[in-house]
Amino acid sequence: MRPDREAALADLIRAAREPLSITGGGTRLWPGEGQGARLEVSGLSGVRLYEPEALTLVVGAGTPLTTVREVLAAEGQMLGFEPMGQPGSTIGGIAASNASGPRRVQAGAARDAMIGLRFVDGQGEVVANGGRVMKNVTGYDLVKLMAGSRGRLGVLTELSLRTTPIPPVRHTLCLPGLDAAAAIPALTAALSGPFDISGAAWLPGRGALLRLEGLEQSVRLRAAALRDRLAGFSEVTEAEDDPWQLLDPEIRNTSGDLWRIICRPGEAPAILAALPAPISLDWGGALIHVRLPADEVPQLPRFSGHARRISGSATMVLPSPDPVLHRIEAGLRHRFDPRGIFLGID
Amino acid sequence: MMQMPEPDASVLSRREAIVAALRQAVPDAVIDDPAETRAYECDALSAYRCPPLAVVLPRSTEEVSRLMAICHRLGVPVVPRGAGTSLAGGSMPTADAVVIGLARMNAVLEISTGDRLIRVEAGRTNLSVSGAVDGHGFFYAPDPSSQLACAIGGNIGMNSGGAHCLKYGVTTNNLLGVTMVLMDGTVVELGGPMGEAAGLDLLGVVCGSEGQLGIVTEAVLRILPKPAGARPVLIAFDSSETAGACVAAIIRAGVLPVAIEFMDRPCIRATEAHAHPGYPDCEALLIVEVEGTPPEIDEALALIRAIALSFAPIEFRESRSEDESRRIWLGRKSAFGAMGQMGDYICLDGTIPVSALPQVLAGIGDLSRDYGLAVANVFHAGDGNMHPLIIYDANAPGDLDRAEAMGADILRLCVKVGGCLTGEHGVGIEKRDLMTAQYAPPDLEAQMRVKDVFDPRWLLNAAKVFPLEVSASRRAARPNLPPDAA
Repeated sequence: MRPDREAALADLIRAAREPLSITGGGTRLWPGEGQGARLEVSGLSGVRLYEPEALTLVVGAGTPLTTVREVLAAEGQMLGFEPMGQPGSTIGGIAASNASGPRRVQAGAARDAMIGLRFVDGQGEVVANGGRVMKNVTGYDLVKLMAGSRGRLGVLTELSLRTTPIPPVRHTLCLPGLDAAAAIPALTAALSGPFDISGAAWLPGRGALLRLEGLEQSVRLRAAALRDRLAGFSEVTEAEDDPWQLLDPEIRNTSGDLWRIICRPGEAPAILAALPAPISLDWGGALIHVRLPADEVPQLPRFSGHARRISGSATMVLPSPDPVLHRIEAGLRHRFDPRGIFLGID
Repeated sequence: MMQMPEPDASVLSRREAIVAALRQAVPDAVIDDPAETRAYECDALSAYRCPPLAVVLPRSTEEVSRLMAICHRLGVPVVPRGAGTSLAGGSMPTADAVVIGLARMNAVLEISTGDRLIRVEAGRTNLSVSGAVDGHGFFYAPDPSSQLACAIGGNIGMNSGGAHCLKYGVTTNNLLGVTMVLMDGTVVELGGPMGEAAGLDLLGVVCGSEGQLGIVTEAVLRILPKPAGARPVLIAFDSSETAGACVAAIIRAGVLPVAIEFMDRPCIRATEAHAHPGYPDCEALLIVEVEGTPPEIDEALALIRAIALSFAPIEFRESRSEDESRRIWLGRKSAFGAMGQMGDYICLDGTIPVSALPQVLAGIGDLSRDYGLAVANVFHAGDGNMHPLIIYDANAPGDLDRAEAMGADILRLCVKVGGCLTGEHGVGIEKRDLMTAQYAPPDLEAQMRVKDVFDPRWLLNAAKVFPLEVSASRRAARPNLPPDAA
């Protein structure tokens, strides 16, 4: 099934008698997802409105991410967040999985750049929320609820997104001598100062990575000040290539189970101590990706976030979700999709 | 005039028993003397007033939980209140409601500069959050103009913005987590590190839900390192179209200021008479502010100057000292006070696409003539959030009605050009009946479904946000009380 209009999609959903698997470009697929009859949204594609001077883009949810990037780059702009897509990703898939890259520490996640959307719920009803202006508190913010909801409440058909100018200069400092645990204090020191960091990550073999972007003189001055600030941690070098391209761990998962851990950076050292060396750190240490042997459940210290197994036989969340929140989520799913047309994991 | 639903007679008739139950649960926190409950009869939308059945000022999440459980069991409506600064009537009571106020819950619970967050009780004022981390070199970014008085709990309820959100975003972009008491007294924690929970983004839908889903008692807020400095420039134009074009050019150029503020001639003249900031008498005035170290600021302002001069402004005034910066901001910051000198006013809050600015300003001018009421415009130009101020005389019969009707026409115009009814103040009761201008029935139905899940009996702040006729059947289900409520 590949509807090319929202109304046709709504008809399909109203007529559906079995569960559907909503498919964009396969941005993020976790265990348990992707079952049911395939419903492709790539037909709902195209730029509906682009106002560079208002930093606003409205696109069909099935529009390829590469198209979005090209359209924006032609006007010297980019999305207001850093999408973490795969080749073939659609903007709807990015939104539905809130797939957000390093710039989250500076500019926020996909959900923060999403200012409006349209979706079709489980009864085939078309719903609009938000709009095309970035300041909007008119009614409940269903845009945030839909962001990252992984197709469990409805099928996204159209998105309004905040755009931003592409910074003229980009500069990456590396601390290659630091292992993951030692990188945390260095990343924290950088993020705690007035350097306006746009990426704070760690990769094996590359060490800690810090990105500065902006006007030329500003970047040069901040880089010098940041080097001074980091002098006590380890040797600081400049990146010759663009290591930020290497950061998406979900495309390099080969064997074992991939775990995604969200924590406070201050909690990261204790968590890392309980795990094998990670695949990557991002968001200043708040996001850890680590590969474990299949079906092994990590023994983690108490921490304020959560860990999720995102590959392997079945998804799993640690610690187990609060039963009250689980009841609320089940209630929302039931009201937006009473027939259970949209499969998906808890 | 906004209507409010008839108070629930069954609740009113049980007043004494309800107050006694509240008092037993949380002694010395209950206010039921009519002389004292009157202090809570309105918020900053002071044209509308109604004393509540009682007011309770709890000291802890646990006390809020006990009070909510009682109100739930007895079928009593609850109106949450932060500091009562809502411009939309968000914390206006109804006669059958218990107001649960957060005034006594203002503690700082945790500061972590390493994790760049602060955890506070939700009654704490916005400005004092920044105050608590100032000594560490950090600040809390959302800065509504009521920040001296307004509470974080209210900021979360309304998803408040401020002058600097062009760069830093609004409350929802700076909120990492909340502790919230549901209507039945259950306590939940939403959000997590980076604001991200394992499941659905419930934090995202709670922020901006106007106290209709639960009472937020604690909040974890993102704090940011303070920039080294900031400097404004003032740019004066003889036409608002040119000023609007200049704003668009600055945004497109790739230098994103932290704030771009716009004032029109009536607003400039009023503030000049009131606060004497030394503004030029012109059709439109922009204040553009950039942040950083002095050389960074110089670099950004050189770019802005080049752009601005290409639009032939009447004046381009660059601040050269702290005192000059203060004077440039003085008029903007005293704009609302200056309007107060001209008469009573209604402050609107629509947002428009920046491209529609000239069209909307012309439309507002036409409406001003048609209704015979003066309008002054002051707004956040970078993000299109307008604050037209309609001047009227509260003592002149019919003037308020006329001003409200004109305000509604302006907001309909905002929606018509692709904008929205409210950018940062919230819907409350003020814009409640205009919601159908922006949203179709299925859109409102989808929002109400969320409330159905969090507050199945529609006891929490239920007469707000949704037009009364739209929410009527849900609110009418309320009398289906459990047997022990009678």
